[in-house]
Amino acid sequence: MIGYILNFGWLGDLVTKLLLLFGVDMGTRFGESVHFFIFDVIKILILLSLMIFFISYIRSYFSVEKTKRTLEKMGGFKSHVMASLLGTVTPFCSCSSVPLFIGFVEGGIPLGVTFSFLITSPIVNEAAFIILLGTFGVKVAVFYAIAGVTVGVVGGYIIHILKLEKYVEEYVYKVKMGHTEIKKITRKERIEFAKENVKETVSKIWLYLLIGIGIGAFIHGWAPEDLLVKYAGPENPFGVFVATIVAIPLYSNAMGTIPIAEALINKGVGIGTALAFMMATTALSFPETVLLKKVVKVKLIMIFVAIVGTGILIVGYLFNYFL
Amino acid sequence: MMKIEVLGTGCKKCKELYERTLEAVKTEGVEAEVIKEENIVKIMEAGLMSTPGLRIDGKVVSYGKVPKVEEIRSYLK
Repeated sequence: MIGYILNFGWLGDLVTKLLLLFGVDMGTRFGESVHFFIFDVIKILILLSLMIFFISYIRSYFSVEKTKRTLEKMGGFKSHVMASLLGTVTPFCSCSSVPLFIGFVEGGIPLGVTFSFLITSPIVNEAAFIILLGTFGVKVAVFYAIAGVTVGVVGGYIIHILKLEKYVEEYVYKVKMGHTEIKKITRKERIEFAKENVKETVSKIWLYLLIGIGIGAFIHGWAPEDLLVKYAGPENPFGVFVATIVAIPLYSNAMGTIPIAEALINKGVGIGTALAFMMATTALSFPETVLLKKVVKVKLIMIFVAIVGTGILIVGYLFNYFL
Repeated sequence: MMKIEVLGTGCKKCKELYERTLEAVKTEGVEAEVIKEENIVKIMEAGLMSTPGLRIDGKVVSYGKVPKVEEIRSYLK
Protein backbone atom coordinates (compact mmCIF):
# COMPACT_ATOMS: atom_id res chain seq x y z
CA MET A 1 0.00 0.00 0.00
CA ILE A 2 2.76 2.44 0.98
CA GLY A 3 4.64 1.40 -2.12
CA TYR A 4 1.54 2.09 -4.17
CA ILE A 5 1.39 5.62 -2.76
CA LEU A 6 5.12 6.28 -2.97
CA ASN A 7 5.68 5.02 -6.48
CA PHE A 8 2.57 6.83 -7.64
CA GLY A 9 0.74 3.66 -8.66
CA TRP A 10 -2.47 5.51 -7.81
CA LEU A 11 -1.60 8.27 -10.25
CA GLY A 12 -0.85 5.76 -12.99
CA ASP A 13 -4.23 4.14 -12.50
CA LEU A 14 -5.92 7.51 -12.38
CA VAL A 15 -4.33 8.62 -15.65
CA THR A 16 -5.28 5.29 -17.27
CA LYS A 17 -8.91 5.77 -16.22
CA LEU A 18 -8.94 9.34 -17.45
CA LEU A 19 -7.48 8.35 -20.80
CA LEU A 20 -10.06 5.58 -21.18
CA LEU A 21 -12.73 8.16 -20.46
CA PHE A 22 -11.46 10.15 -23.43
CA GLY A 23 -11.39 7.03 -25.54
CA VAL A 24 -7.59 6.69 -25.68
CA ASP A 25 -6.67 3.02 -26.02
CA MET A 26 -3.84 2.09 -23.66
CA GLY A 27 -2.84 -0.81 -25.87
CA THR A 28 -1.59 1.49 -28.62
CA ARG A 29 1.77 3.23 -28.90
CA PHE A 30 0.03 6.58 -28.85
CA GLY A 31 -1.85 5.68 -25.69
CA GLU A 32 1.32 4.49 -24.00
CA SER A 33 3.20 7.67 -24.86
CA VAL A 34 0.42 9.98 -23.74
CA HIS A 35 0.06 8.07 -20.49
CA PHE A 36 3.80 8.26 -19.84
CA PHE A 37 3.82 12.01 -20.50
CA ILE A 38 0.86 12.98 -18.31
CA PHE A 39 1.85 10.61 -15.53
CA ASP A 40 5.45 11.77 -15.41
CA VAL A 41 4.70 15.49 -15.54
CA ILE A 42 2.26 15.34 -12.64
CA LYS A 43 4.36 12.94 -10.59
CA ILE A 44 7.59 14.87 -10.89
CA LEU A 45 5.98 18.23 -10.19
CA ILE A 46 4.33 16.94 -7.00
CA LEU A 47 7.49 15.25 -5.81
CA LEU A 48 9.71 18.19 -6.62
CA SER A 49 7.64 20.84 -4.89
CA LEU A 50 7.06 18.85 -1.71
CA MET A 51 10.53 17.51 -1.28
CA ILE A 52 12.43 20.61 -2.29
CA PHE A 53 10.51 22.48 0.35
CA PHE A 54 11.54 20.06 3.11
CA ILE A 55 15.11 19.62 1.97
CA SER A 56 15.58 23.37 1.55
CA TYR A 57 14.35 23.89 5.08
CA ILE A 58 17.07 21.55 6.30
CA ARG A 59 19.58 23.18 3.98
CA SER A 60 18.89 26.58 5.52
CA TYR A 61 20.83 25.36 8.56
CA PHE A 62 23.94 25.19 6.39
CA SER A 63 25.79 27.95 4.55
CA VAL A 64 29.02 28.27 2.61
CA GLU A 65 30.33 30.52 5.38
CA LYS A 66 29.77 27.87 8.06
CA THR A 67 31.12 25.17 5.75
CA LYS A 68 34.28 27.21 5.27
CA ARG A 69 34.78 27.54 9.02
CA THR A 70 34.28 23.82 9.55
CA LEU A 71 36.76 22.88 6.84
CA GLU A 72 39.36 25.42 7.99
CA LYS A 73 39.67 23.56 11.27
CA MET A 74 40.15 20.15 9.69
CA GLY A 75 42.94 18.44 7.87
CA GLY A 76 43.93 15.21 6.22
CA PHE A 77 41.82 12.75 4.31
CA LYS A 78 38.77 13.21 6.53
CA SER A 79 38.49 16.82 5.42
CA HIS A 80 37.85 15.52 1.89
CA VAL A 81 35.02 13.36 3.20
CA MET A 82 33.61 16.28 5.17
CA ALA A 83 33.90 18.67 2.21
CA SER A 84 32.16 16.21 -0.07
CA LEU A 85 29.36 15.54 2.43
CA LEU A 86 28.88 19.26 3.07
CA GLY A 87 28.79 19.72 -0.69
CA THR A 88 25.56 17.76 -0.81
CA VAL A 89 23.71 19.94 1.70
CA THR A 90 25.26 23.41 1.57
CA PRO A 91 23.01 25.74 -0.40
CA PHE A 92 25.20 26.92 -3.21
CA CYS A 93 24.53 28.31 -6.64
CA SER A 94 27.04 27.52 -9.35
CA CYS A 95 27.29 31.25 -10.09
CA SER A 96 29.01 31.58 -6.70
CA SER A 97 31.68 29.00 -7.44
CA VAL A 98 34.36 31.64 -8.09
CA PRO A 99 33.94 33.56 -4.80
CA LEU A 100 33.60 30.23 -3.00
CA PHE A 101 36.82 28.96 -4.52
CA ILE A 102 38.75 32.10 -3.58
CA GLY A 103 37.18 32.15 -0.13
CA PHE A 104 38.17 28.55 0.57
CA VAL A 105 41.72 28.99 -0.67
CA GLU A 106 42.07 32.24 1.25
CA GLY A 107 40.94 30.46 4.39
CA GLY A 108 43.78 27.98 4.00
CA ILE A 109 41.56 25.11 2.88
CA PRO A 110 43.70 22.86 0.64
CA LEU A 111 42.98 22.90 -3.09
CA GLY A 112 42.00 19.23 -3.15
CA VAL A 113 39.48 19.69 -0.34
CA THR A 114 37.97 22.67 -2.17
CA PHE A 115 37.57 20.46 -5.24
CA SER A 116 35.98 17.68 -3.17
CA PHE A 117 33.29 20.21 -2.34
CA LEU A 118 33.00 21.59 -5.87
CA ILE A 119 32.75 18.14 -7.48
CA THR A 120 30.05 16.71 -5.21
CA SER A 121 27.93 19.83 -4.90
CA PRO A 122 26.43 19.76 -8.41
CA ILE A 123 26.24 15.95 -8.68
CA VAL A 124 24.28 15.35 -5.51
CA ASN A 125 21.53 17.92 -5.26
CA GLU A 126 18.02 17.62 -3.94
CA ALA A 127 16.25 17.94 -7.26
CA ALA A 128 18.24 15.15 -8.92
CA PHE A 129 17.89 13.00 -5.82
CA ILE A 130 14.13 13.44 -5.65
CA ILE A 131 13.53 12.69 -9.30
CA LEU A 132 15.72 9.59 -9.02
CA LEU A 133 13.75 8.55 -5.97
CA GLY A 134 10.48 8.93 -7.78
CA THR A 135 11.64 7.28 -10.98
CA PHE A 136 13.93 4.46 -9.88
CA GLY A 137 13.21 4.01 -6.20
CA VAL A 138 15.12 4.43 -2.96
CA LYS A 139 17.97 2.02 -3.73
CA VAL A 140 19.12 3.75 -6.89
CA ALA A 141 18.74 7.24 -5.38
CA VAL A 142 20.82 6.33 -2.34
CA PHE A 143 23.48 4.59 -4.42
CA TYR A 144 23.62 7.61 -6.67
CA ALA A 145 24.21 9.91 -3.69
CA ILE A 146 26.90 7.63 -2.25
CA ALA A 147 28.59 7.37 -5.63
CA GLY A 148 28.50 11.15 -6.05
CA VAL A 149 30.09 11.73 -2.65
CA THR A 150 32.75 9.10 -3.38
CA VAL A 151 33.66 10.67 -6.72
CA GLY A 152 34.08 14.00 -4.87
CA VAL A 153 36.24 12.54 -2.10
CA VAL A 154 38.51 10.54 -4.38
CA GLY A 155 38.66 13.18 -7.14
CA GLY A 156 39.60 15.91 -4.66
CA TYR A 157 42.12 13.65 -2.98
CA ILE A 158 43.86 12.90 -6.27
CA ILE A 159 44.05 16.62 -7.02
CA HIS A 160 45.62 17.01 -3.58
CA ILE A 161 48.20 14.27 -4.20
CA LEU A 162 49.15 15.71 -7.58
CA LYS A 163 50.01 19.05 -5.91
CA LEU A 164 48.37 21.26 -8.50
CA GLU A 165 48.49 24.49 -6.48
CA LYS A 166 50.77 26.04 -9.10
CA TYR A 167 47.90 26.01 -11.58
CA VAL A 168 45.82 28.37 -9.48
CA GLU A 169 45.88 31.96 -10.75
CA GLU A 170 48.35 33.99 -8.66
CA TYR A 171 45.92 36.74 -7.73
CA VAL A 172 43.79 34.21 -5.83
CA TYR A 173 46.52 33.83 -3.21
CA LYS A 174 46.79 37.57 -2.75
CA VAL A 175 43.15 38.21 -1.97
CA LYS A 176 42.54 39.31 1.58
CA MET A 177 39.03 38.48 2.47
CA GLY A 178 36.98 40.78 4.65
CA HIS A 179 35.24 39.55 7.75
CA THR A 180 31.93 37.85 7.20
CA GLU A 181 29.25 38.00 9.80
CA ILE A 182 27.21 34.83 9.88
CA LYS A 183 23.63 35.89 10.07
CA LYS A 184 21.13 34.42 12.48
CA ILE A 185 18.13 33.08 10.63
CA THR A 186 14.62 32.97 12.05
CA ARG A 187 12.17 30.16 11.38
CA LYS A 188 10.09 32.49 9.23
CA GLU A 189 13.15 33.18 7.09
CA ARG A 190 13.86 29.46 6.75
CA ILE A 191 10.34 28.83 5.48
CA GLU A 192 10.68 31.79 3.15
CA PHE A 193 14.00 30.38 1.89
CA ALA A 194 12.42 26.97 1.29
CA LYS A 195 9.47 28.49 -0.57
CA GLU A 196 11.77 30.62 -2.72
CA ASN A 197 13.83 27.54 -3.53
CA VAL A 198 10.78 25.60 -4.71
CA LYS A 199 9.73 28.48 -6.93
CA GLU A 200 13.22 28.98 -8.26
CA THR A 201 13.94 25.32 -8.98
CA VAL A 202 10.61 24.61 -10.59
CA SER A 203 10.77 27.72 -12.75
CA LYS A 204 14.33 26.85 -13.75
CA ILE A 205 13.75 23.27 -14.76
CA TRP A 206 10.12 22.88 -15.85
CA LEU A 207 10.90 23.44 -19.51
CA TYR A 208 13.78 20.95 -19.48
CA LEU A 209 11.50 18.54 -17.69
CA LEU A 210 8.71 18.88 -20.24
CA ILE A 211 11.13 18.40 -23.12
CA GLY A 212 12.83 15.52 -21.32
CA ILE A 213 9.55 13.84 -20.51
CA GLY A 214 8.35 14.48 -24.07
CA ILE A 215 11.41 12.74 -25.52
CA GLY A 216 11.00 10.04 -22.88
CA ALA A 217 7.38 9.55 -23.88
CA PHE A 218 8.40 9.21 -27.51
CA ILE A 219 11.08 6.65 -26.67
CA HIS A 220 8.54 4.88 -24.51
CA GLY A 221 6.16 4.37 -27.38
CA TRP A 222 8.44 4.20 -30.41
CA ALA A 223 12.10 3.51 -29.78
CA PRO A 224 13.20 0.09 -31.07
CA GLU A 225 14.08 -1.92 -28.03
CA ASP A 226 16.42 -4.48 -29.54
CA LEU A 227 18.51 -1.79 -31.18
CA LEU A 228 18.93 0.17 -27.93
CA VAL A 229 19.83 -2.93 -25.95
CA LYS A 230 22.41 -3.80 -28.55
CA TYR A 231 24.14 -0.40 -28.49
CA ALA A 232 23.53 0.91 -25.00
CA GLY A 233 22.53 -2.12 -22.97
CA PRO A 234 24.52 -3.19 -19.92
CA GLU A 235 26.32 -5.79 -22.02
CA ASN A 236 27.92 -3.22 -24.28
CA PRO A 237 31.29 -2.23 -22.77
CA PHE A 238 31.35 1.13 -24.55
CA GLY A 239 27.88 2.27 -23.52
CA VAL A 240 28.99 4.11 -20.37
CA PHE A 241 31.96 5.66 -22.12
CA VAL A 242 29.89 7.07 -24.97
CA ALA A 243 27.20 8.34 -22.58
CA THR A 244 29.77 10.24 -20.50
CA ILE A 245 31.51 11.80 -23.48
CA VAL A 246 28.22 12.83 -25.07
CA ALA A 247 27.09 14.46 -21.83
CA ILE A 248 30.05 16.85 -21.39
CA PRO A 249 29.24 19.50 -24.01
CA LEU A 250 25.54 19.10 -23.43
CA TYR A 251 24.24 22.12 -21.65
CA SER A 252 21.26 20.58 -20.12
CA ASN A 253 19.71 20.33 -16.81
CA ALA A 254 20.29 17.00 -15.11
CA MET A 255 16.64 16.93 -14.21
CA GLY A 256 15.63 17.05 -17.84
CA THR A 257 17.78 14.03 -18.62
CA ILE A 258 16.17 11.81 -15.97
CA PRO A 259 12.87 11.19 -17.78
CA ILE A 260 14.89 10.33 -20.89
CA ALA A 261 17.03 8.02 -18.79
CA GLU A 262 13.95 6.39 -17.32
CA ALA A 263 12.45 5.65 -20.71
CA LEU A 264 15.79 4.34 -21.97
CA ILE A 265 16.21 2.07 -18.95
CA ASN A 266 12.72 0.70 -19.45
CA LYS A 267 13.84 -0.13 -22.95
CA GLY A 268 16.82 -2.06 -21.68
CA VAL A 269 19.62 0.54 -21.55
CA GLY A 270 21.97 -0.09 -18.63
CA ILE A 271 21.13 1.87 -15.48
CA GLY A 272 24.82 2.70 -14.96
CA THR A 273 24.97 4.08 -18.48
CA ALA A 274 22.02 6.35 -17.74
CA LEU A 275 23.37 7.50 -14.37
CA ALA A 276 26.83 8.18 -15.78
CA PHE A 277 25.16 10.37 -18.38
CA MET A 278 23.32 12.28 -15.66
CA MET A 279 26.39 12.75 -13.48
CA ALA A 280 28.46 13.95 -16.40
CA THR A 281 25.87 16.52 -17.46
CA THR A 282 25.95 18.08 -14.00
CA ALA A 283 29.53 17.68 -12.83
CA LEU A 284 31.31 18.33 -16.10
CA SER A 285 28.87 20.78 -17.62
CA PHE A 286 30.67 23.14 -19.91
CA PRO A 287 29.41 26.49 -18.55
CA GLU A 288 30.45 25.53 -15.05
CA THR A 289 33.95 24.44 -15.94
CA VAL A 290 34.37 27.64 -17.93
CA LEU A 291 33.52 29.66 -14.82
CA LEU A 292 36.47 28.07 -13.05
CA LYS A 293 38.79 29.52 -15.66
CA LYS A 294 38.65 32.78 -13.73
CA VAL A 295 40.55 31.21 -10.85
CA VAL A 296 42.58 28.32 -12.23
CA LYS A 297 44.63 27.65 -15.34
CA VAL A 298 43.29 25.58 -18.21
CA LYS A 299 45.59 22.71 -17.38
CA LEU A 300 44.00 22.23 -13.98
CA ILE A 301 40.54 22.33 -15.53
CA MET A 302 41.57 19.61 -17.94
CA ILE A 303 42.97 17.47 -15.13
CA PHE A 304 39.76 18.09 -13.19
CA VAL A 305 37.62 16.96 -16.14
CA ALA A 306 39.82 13.89 -16.67
CA ILE A 307 39.67 12.81 -13.02
CA VAL A 308 35.95 13.40 -12.57
CA GLY A 309 35.20 11.84 -15.96
CA THR A 310 37.13 8.71 -15.02
CA GLY A 311 35.33 8.57 -11.68
CA ILE A 312 31.96 8.78 -13.39
CA LEU A 313 32.96 6.04 -15.83
CA ILE A 314 33.89 3.72 -12.98
CA VAL A 315 30.61 4.48 -11.20
CA GLY A 316 28.68 3.79 -14.41
CA TYR A 317 30.33 0.41 -14.92
CA LEU A 318 29.85 -0.56 -11.29
CA PHE A 319 26.15 0.29 -11.49
CA ASN A 320 25.72 -1.69 -14.69
CA TYR A 321 27.48 -4.59 -13.08
CA PHE A 322 25.79 -4.64 -9.69
CA LEU A 323 22.29 -3.20 -10.12
CA MET B 1 23.73 60.51 0.39
CA MET B 2 23.61 56.77 0.86
CA LYS B 3 26.03 54.57 -1.00
CA ILE B 4 24.56 51.24 -2.00
CA GLU B 5 26.61 48.53 -3.67
CA VAL B 6 25.26 45.45 -5.38
CA LEU B 7 28.05 42.89 -5.14
CA GLY B 8 28.09 40.12 -7.70
CA THR B 9 30.02 38.88 -10.68
CA GLY B 10 27.22 39.58 -13.10
CA CYS B 11 24.98 36.54 -12.95
CA LYS B 12 21.24 36.65 -13.40
CA LYS B 13 20.56 36.95 -9.68
CA CYS B 14 22.90 39.92 -9.41
CA LYS B 15 20.96 41.79 -12.07
CA GLU B 16 17.73 40.97 -10.33
CA LEU B 17 19.06 42.33 -7.04
CA TYR B 18 20.18 45.51 -8.80
CA GLU B 19 16.70 46.04 -10.26
CA ARG B 20 15.02 45.41 -6.92
CA THR B 21 17.40 47.76 -5.16
CA LEU B 22 16.60 50.54 -7.61
CA GLU B 23 12.92 49.94 -7.02
CA ALA B 24 13.35 49.95 -3.24
CA VAL B 25 15.27 53.22 -3.39
CA LYS B 26 12.55 54.77 -5.51
CA THR B 27 9.61 53.63 -3.37
CA GLU B 28 11.40 54.48 -0.15
CA GLY B 29 12.25 57.90 -1.53
CA VAL B 30 15.80 58.01 -0.20
CA GLU B 31 18.68 59.70 -1.88
CA ALA B 32 21.16 57.04 -2.78
CA GLU B 33 23.76 56.12 -5.29
CA VAL B 34 23.36 52.53 -6.44
CA ILE B 35 26.37 50.94 -8.05
CA LYS B 36 27.24 47.48 -9.27
CA GLU B 37 30.46 46.02 -7.97
CA GLU B 38 31.53 43.23 -10.29
CA ASN B 39 35.22 43.02 -9.43
CA ILE B 40 35.76 39.68 -7.77
CA VAL B 41 38.65 40.90 -5.60
CA LYS B 42 36.54 43.78 -4.25
CA ILE B 43 33.68 41.38 -3.59
CA MET B 44 35.98 39.09 -1.62
CA GLU B 45 37.34 42.04 0.35
CA ALA B 46 33.78 42.75 1.41
CA GLY B 47 33.83 39.28 2.98
CA LEU B 48 31.40 37.67 0.56
CA MET B 49 31.51 34.07 -0.53
CA SER B 50 27.95 33.72 -1.70
CA THR B 51 26.73 36.25 -4.19
CA PRO B 52 24.81 38.40 -4.79
CA GLY B 53 25.36 40.65 -1.81
CA LEU B 54 24.13 44.07 -0.81
CA ARG B 55 26.29 46.62 0.99
CA ILE B 56 24.94 49.88 2.31
CA ASP B 57 27.41 52.55 3.43
CA GLY B 58 30.12 49.96 3.82
CA LYS B 59 28.06 47.41 5.78
CA VAL B 60 27.01 44.10 4.23
CA VAL B 61 23.31 43.68 4.94
CA SER B 62 22.50 40.66 2.81
CA TYR B 63 24.32 37.96 0.90
CA GLY B 64 23.67 34.74 -0.98
CA LYS B 65 20.11 35.62 -1.88
CA VAL B 66 17.93 38.13 -3.66
CA PRO B 67 15.87 39.75 -0.91
CA LYS B 68 12.38 41.02 -1.62
CA VAL B 69 11.89 44.73 -2.30
CA GLU B 70 10.26 45.19 1.13
CA GLU B 71 13.28 43.65 2.80
CA ILE B 72 15.64 45.97 0.93
CA ARG B 73 13.46 48.91 1.94
CA SER B 74 13.83 47.95 5.59
CA TYR B 75 17.62 48.22 5.21
CA LEU B 76 17.27 51.69 3.77
CA LYS B 77 15.51 53.06 6.85
